[in-house]
Amino acid sequence: MGVRIQDGAFDPGGELNAFARTGDGGGAIATFTGIVRSTPGDPIETLTLECYPELALNQIGAMVAEARGRFGIIDETVIHRYGVLRPGDPIVQVMTLAAHREAAFGAAQFLMDYLKTDAPFWKKEATRTGERWVAPRAADDTARARWS
Amino acid sequence: MKILYFAWLRERLDRGEEEISPPAEVLTVRDLIAWLRRNDEAADLAMQRPEIIKAAIDAKIVSHDTPIAGAKTIALFPPMTGG
Repeated sequence: MGVRIQDGAFDPGGELNAFARTGDGGGAIATFTGIVRSTPGDPIETLTLECYPELALNQIGAMVAEARGRFGIIDETVIHRYGVLRPGDPIVQVMTLAAHREAAFGAAQFLMDYLKTDAPFWKKEATRTGERWVAPRAADDTARARWS
Repeated sequence: MKILYFAWLRERLDRGEEEISPPAEVLTVRDLIAWLRRNDEAADLAMQRPEIIKAAIDAKIVSHDTPIAGAKTIALFPPMTGG
């Protein structure tokens, strides 16, 4: 398993290949990669993520333990970036290994839903017209609530 | 004890951390937020809706009812927008 919080870029395909090579005993890997969205109208020039790393490791570690218990996954890796990102840059990647696809998909969805609301990152968008902190989305709270 | 601020709370207070020595009657996170607001105009404005402010003590998420006694580091921050 692994949880990484880093300000450097990561290579989604390279990470998946490395994860797949260690896939002992599993028959299914689910991968989710989140990238910085490019918006029409007032396009984002940068997305800056602020982080509280010590709390993030604790929170994500607890999420991973919960995902293992609920879904019986064999292994997982969570990578989350902070710092200054641009449209198209990977922000987050979750990879789960399980015996069968249901557990792999379920655990990846569970982890992403929790990361949105319970991982201490804060996003600030900069466009040509100014900067703004991204507000939490009600849809993310709803997605998170279905697991409790 | 040390207090940490993140995101727009940090910006509105114009500081990311500070050392504080709250009086003995400040027992919980809720008391601490109220005490910070009473003592600082910027904090009062920034935490006008204290119910949306999240807290962590020594890097563990806590509720506003949690006692702060013995805490080394208390963090206050807006709702998280990870992922």
